[in-house]
Amino acid sequence: MTERIGVYVCHCGTNIAGVVDVVEVSKWAGEKLAANGVVISRDYKFMCSSLGQELIQKDIQELGLTRVVVAACSPHLHEATFRNACKQAGLNPYLCELVSIREQDSWVHTDKVAATEKAKAIIAGGVARVAHHEALEPLRVPIHPDTLVVGGGIAGIQAALEVADAGFHVYLVEREPSIGGHMAQFDKTFPTLDCSACILTPKMVQVGSHPNITLLTWSEVTKVDGYVGNFVVTINKKARYIKTEDCTGCGICWEKCPWKVVDEVFEAGLGNRKAVYTPFPQAVPKYPVIDAPNCAYFLKGTCKACEKFCPTGAIDFNQKDETISVPVGNIILATGYDLFDAKRIPQYGYGRFDNVYTNLEFERLCNAAGPTSGNIVLRDGKTVPKTVGIVHCVGSRDENYNIYCSSICCMQSLKFAHLVHERTGAEVYNFYIDMRTPSKGYEEFYRRLLDEGTHFVRGKVAEISDFARLPEEEGKLIVQVEDTLIGKQRRIPVDMVILSAGMQPRHDAKEVGKLFGIACSADGWYIERHPKLDPVATMTEGVFIAGCVQGPKDIPASVAQGAGAAARVLGKIQQKEISLEPVRASVDEQKCSGCRICNDLCPFGAILFHEDRMVSEVNPALCQGCGTCVAACPAGAMSGTVFSNEQILSQIEGLLLLTVNGKKAEAVTA
Amino acid sequence: MTTSVKPKFAMYWAASCGGCEIAVLNIHEKILDVDANFEVVFWPVAMDAKYKDVEAMEDGSILLTLFNGGIRNDENEHIAKLLRQKSKILVAFGSCACEGCIPGLANFSSRQEIFDTYYETISTDNPEHLRPQSHYKMPEGEVNIPEFYPVLKTLDQVVDVDYYMPGCPPESHQIAAVIDLVIQVLQGKAELPPKGAVIGVGNSTVCDECTRKRNVRSITAFRRIQDLAPVDPEICLLEQGIPCNGSATRSGCNARCPSAGAQCIGCYGPAEGVLDYGARLISAFASVIDAKEPEEIERILDGIPDPAGQFYRFSLAGSLLKAGVPAWKKNGQAKHAAERQRGQGK
Repeated sequence: MTERIGVYVCHCGTNIAGVVDVVEVSKWAGEKLAANGVVISRDYKFMCSSLGQELIQKDIQELGLTRVVVAACSPHLHEATFRNACKQAGLNPYLCELVSIREQDSWVHTDKVAATEKAKAIIAGGVARVAHHEALEPLRVPIHPDTLVVGGGIAGIQAALEVADAGFHVYLVEREPSIGGHMAQFDKTFPTLDCSACILTPKMVQVGSHPNITLLTWSEVTKVDGYVGNFVVTINKKARYIKTEDCTGCGICWEKCPWKVVDEVFEAGLGNRKAVYTPFPQAVPKYPVIDAPNCAYFLKGTCKACEKFCPTGAIDFNQKDETISVPVGNIILATGYDLFDAKRIPQYGYGRFDNVYTNLEFERLCNAAGPTSGNIVLRDGKTVPKTVGIVHCVGSRDENYNIYCSSICCMQSLKFAHLVHERTGAEVYNFYIDMRTPSKGYEEFYRRLLDEGTHFVRGKVAEISDFARLPEEEGKLIVQVEDTLIGKQRRIPVDMVILSAGMQPRHDAKEVGKLFGIACSADGWYIERHPKLDPVATMTEGVFIAGCVQGPKDIPASVAQGAGAAARVLGKIQQKEISLEPVRASVDEQKCSGCRICNDLCPFGAILFHEDRMVSEVNPALCQGCGTCVAACPAGAMSGTVFSNEQILSQIEGLLLLTVNGKKAEAVTA
Repeated sequence: MTTSVKPKFAMYWAASCGGCEIAVLNIHEKILDVDANFEVVFWPVAMDAKYKDVEAMEDGSILLTLFNGGIRNDENEHIAKLLRQKSKILVAFGSCACEGCIPGLANFSSRQEIFDTYYETISTDNPEHLRPQSHYKMPEGEVNIPEFYPVLKTLDQVVDVDYYMPGCPPESHQIAAVIDLVIQVLQGKAELPPKGAVIGVGNSTVCDECTRKRNVRSITAFRRIQDLAPVDPEICLLEQGIPCNGSATRSGCNARCPSAGAQCIGCYGPAEGVLDYGARLISAFASVIDAKEPEEIERILDGIPDPAGQFYRFSLAGSLLKAGVPAWKKNGQAKHAAERQRGQGK
């Protein structure tokens, strides 16, 4: 062994030193690993500080180190720091190995002796591995300036506008016929009680007419190839059966269409739409779609009323789905949330009792453009409720459903209470577990509601029933609840119940995440790169998240994330080039027998098969170094830089302390 | 002409079936070249010789020793060490010596279990429950038979090996070629390959020599060859769902089995640089299973009823695993582990 290796053990304040005896570990490495090439071993309070880095740099220059092992935190945090420090001292950055004795050791153990021994093993592994490292140069590739935004809710709209306004092209893909998302369904927004549509629709119009935005509604992303800077995205444009170049959005088609369909999406089942429709009057784009599964022509072969009456001849029943693929450099996912299905809590009676509503239904009920023109009435369409109960935390903060807090329900329920009070004068009861009003102006809104005379009952509702025990309960819905502030069970008869159902991840969040190469947390929300310091980036370079895909949040937070993700994308575009880890797979043509096992595995389409020579080849420009093909190759013909067999196996031998004192102990036979 | 000037040749069988010896004789008239160029000093299957004759030889006096069979007992180990000492070139000959082969599959069972099967099962008449004892005191003195080890080891787990020649058995044309090479080296016309090399093989995998047509892989079901009628004679067997090991197996046999319509079972061992044949192949097969749902994947994998036999038929003893206790033998685990521990003490 001719390498001269330096080992640097970080205390990380007490993060590591509180559990691992770092001084002992450093001394051990200097003595026991000397025969493995370790010429110096030091410990330091904060290795990542400039003084710590200088320590390493000085040793590289004065002791002529050829390899560096830093035992500190996870490579996610400081690999770049230490590689950079080595580079500045003239050592190729890829000859530095960061081993984690914090996340994988001190933070997960309490037994100090065992943790110290584990730190030694981890370092021995790093030392054994680093000897097999090679000097590498990062690959530089250009970044495509176009951006894909998926999801046309408020977060996606904000992100698209920010990027487009900065002068770069955006493809905004939305699965529904119009952009707008959930915000377009609301009547008022808390705490200011702005009209939701009034503040949203100008932004929607801007998106629709922006020269830098290609708006693709009624479309879905089906495939994502490539990598940061150079994605190729395949999008399925579902057939609208409308020639958009001829359609003026005049609305005659949906006036004439004889088929009514219950609108389960925009009107949350409360209202009807036609078989040819735009979801709401301010929809962007203005073109309708024909709902083929509910259209008389598609079902029975006759009707064509819309075609007969269309003044511009824009109806085309022969349209087919169209697939396009676009190159983009970065992707922002803002696909939003689904509402918790209140039917999953049968004791709350949603679906059994007519006058139990979900929050989304209520939003439509009190929306001036909704099915009742904003009149708050019971399901019969005419009776104004005299008492209304609003249940918080439906499906949230509940071990049986979702453990997390949906964060917006308290404020939304207060908003409902205010609207009911204002428009009907009804008595309102809010049933809450804890009142959570932490943002700007929220607590003030709560106080206002207290002043308005809303009754607040602190307790989780046990049951909503129509079984009357007392004469005054006849014909009412009875809310059974323990009022924990007075320590009594109460039965409160009401005319209407609104369930503040929580937010949950989109039903297909997992599959969509897979498509874009990002992961979901146990709850199902997409995982950000860092929960505090990098909330809109993901572990996949070039894929960002914004809004409720990352977790429940209100409109201001979604807008902030949309803008934040856009800023991150613009930063990348401005760099024009990106440097990629030189971790790549390559084929040894001698060993490759052309068995073709690897051919279809590459998620980046980087593997070519040469029929004439019967060998496979990796295109290094497309390869992302994921290692899938390396693991799959049965002949061992495929190898990956930085993860060679030698590197991995020697690290394992080091971890097992088989290489301590320079001798490779006899492998355990049998 | 005196025999003493001819270089010396030896061949030995340890835990093996004898097929390797047959393969050597199967080189037909080339065997005469062996006789013409070598003096055969020790070859129990072909000639009479005593261990003490070998012990009497000078160290390094045998030029070439072909050692076949795994190390199952202390007699095997003794002779392996003896021949190592006496030989200039020691070749691990055949799959058993290289990586354990079929005898190595016994490493899934403890010594106790092996004896139980051998001496106590229904087809064995053993009313007194006799078991072989390594050492037994008789009035006339102690009698000894070889000590049966807890696991079978490969030759290189016991002694230093110069070359490896895999195959079950090695193909005769490869044996002939190797003998030719050694003769040419003797005549100064060629050089020996570097120590540790695998000889008598190709440098790729069986697929390289197989003429069946291959397309991009995606497997929706594994089938046993007898359940698939008819087998397409032109198309890759793996593509037809037959678990053919060719893609992971070293070339050298001219793709004999796949050419004859049977799947490769992997007797030529792993390709160059591959440490664990079974792990490689498991990973490869898993990669081309075309299913997303766990139940579906499970169903497809159930198409390989004997994974140990499929993936480690020849290589268990020489693999990273070396031995193991199958999940279905939970009760035997403690016993086996203890026995393995004892085995290490040797």
